Amino acid sequence: MTIPAQFYLILAAVLFFIGVFGFFTRRNLISLLISTELMLNAVDINFAVFNAYSHPEHLEGFFFTMFGIGIAAAETAVAIAIIINVFRNAKSIHIKNLLDLKH
Amino acid sequence: MNYFEFFSMIPEISLLAVFVVIFIFDLVATGRYRRIFHALVCLLMLGHIYVCIESGDKEVTLFGGMYYSNSMIAFVKAMLVFGSSLVVLQAHRWLRSTHALAKQGEFYVLLLSTLIGMFFMLSARHFLLFFIGMELASLPLACLVAFDKYRHHSAEAGIKYVLTSMFASAIMLYGISFLYGTIGTLYFEDMAQGLSGTTMQIFALVMFFAGLGFKISLVPFHLWTADSYQGAPTVVTAYLSVISKGAAVFTLFVILTKVFAPMTAQWQMMIYAVTVASITIANLFAIKQNNMKRFMAFSSISQAGYIMLAVISGTAQGMSAMVFYILVYIMANMAVFGIIETLQHNVEGGELTREHCNGLYKTNPQLTLLMTLALFSLGGIPPFAGFFSKFFVFMSAFDAGFLVLVFIALINTVISLYYYLLIVKAMYITPNDNPIAKVKCDMYTRISLCACLLGIVLLGICSFVYIGIDNFAF
Repeated sequence: MTIPAQFYLILAAVLFFIGVFGFFTRRNLISLLISTELMLNAVDINFAVFNAYSHPEHLEGFFFTMFGIGIAAAETAVAIAIIINVFRNAKSIHIKNLLDLKH
Repeated sequence: MNYFEFFSMIPEISLLAVFVVIFIFDLVATGRYRRIFHALVCLLMLGHIYVCIESGDKEVTLFGGMYYSNSMIAFVKAMLVFGSSLVVLQAHRWLRSTHALAKQGEFYVLLLSTLIGMFFMLSARHFLLFFIGMELASLPLACLVAFDKYRHHSAEAGIKYVLTSMFASAIMLYGISFLYGTIGTLYFEDMAQGLSGTTMQIFALVMFFAGLGFKISLVPFHLWTADSYQGAPTVVTAYLSVISKGAAVFTLFVILTKVFAPMTAQWQMMIYAVTVASITIANLFAIKQNNMKRFMAFSSISQAGYIMLAVISGTAQGMSAMVFYILVYIMANMAVFGIIETLQHNVEGGELTREHCNGLYKTNPQLTLLMTLALFSLGGIPPFAGFFSKFFVFMSAFDAGFLVLVFIALINTVISLYYYLLIVKAMYITPNDNPIAKVKCDMYTRISLCACLLGIVLLGICSFVYIGIDNFAF
């Protein structure tokens, strides 16, 4: 018995919007990073599922998933480096210490 | 697979060669060779403009249609390289400062890798190549925004930029995944045939547009702009506001007209709302900004709104109007940022505000004159290039039948004139006992400012520029 595609898509949608919710409500830079990672992973699931269920003749979706994972890792590396930089400058990675710009 | 196909991507491969030369030079050069580093980079980039234009003679389609280039795309690439070389020219003084000197090579390398990413974005005819190009353009840019390691503001701007850009690309990818789900291919050519405007495809279109909207900083997605622009080093702000925006707008135009052609009614409605919001809200916010870089951030949001007037038409006329607008915008904006960069070294705290500009005419008449011309051009006052670029953009939207939109944009031009003239007034009229002392530009900045001045004055009058661009369109 195979699992219907809808279940995967619902999982991906839930994961994606957990990420969106986290991005808007969390107040710690690492949590924000994790939220965006969740969103990117939801996208990867979507591509893999669409490829496997709807368009199995080519592998475009799987390739997109692989590149997506690689690029998400690169993004995380850059973001973590900048977060370390923020920590060195502000001695904290809480959002409330990042309000210096503007005035 | 035919590996010789790689050598047909002339602009990308030659830019990669420049990249490698600079990278190796940075590793091995010491002492006296180090002093010619900046001049070498400038020369290589100026030479690359020629290579880009030369490559534009023929149409190229590679890798089964993933990569495509024609004269228009080659021209836009040359334009972006030209803009980046202006940025590099203006960066000389900043790169001489103690913190940046050790990282001089890194600056060039990061800048060039974003440029390669933008090239791929422009030439992409497949969503995978487009996505990789976009990330290659935005990740090194995040590093550049956070380049001043010991300044708190730079790190803050960097984290704001990188997180919003990740968020935006995740949203865009979610949209693309649904497009893939309904059509089953990611090639631009084939996708247009599969689109029919179902609910899921409209959802995908909106998500996709939101993702690119972050890059172009249109209004509902503009919240990162002011903070990132203010915190970033000034040369990087200039790069963000002209080059990265120009590449993203051109790509958006290509994708909307190539891929989403069957859904024209839907995306025109969407862009209509976004354009009105961008121009109006950004103008209202720009009036009360005191910090010059923040002011230019809001000005650039409203300029992006004007560019969207060309995108909404979706015609060949719109494309040439858009490219001409970007060219003129590069000139005017680079002039303003070059002057901000020059002046802010003489300001306490390094943040130039409108009060600092008071009475600038007494001490720096030449810089003041150039700043005035650049602001006139941004505002669209007749003899300068900005007037003509705005005129062509309005014409293209008008011919496509968006009369009310053009009217709203015209009203907003008047509002924007008000805040551009506020600065002109501060420089010429407002009395100030101790204005910023006389500033002496270095040679590189002087060259770039002269190029900008020529562009602002001549681009509008020399009609062959626009006609030349118009011949390339589509």
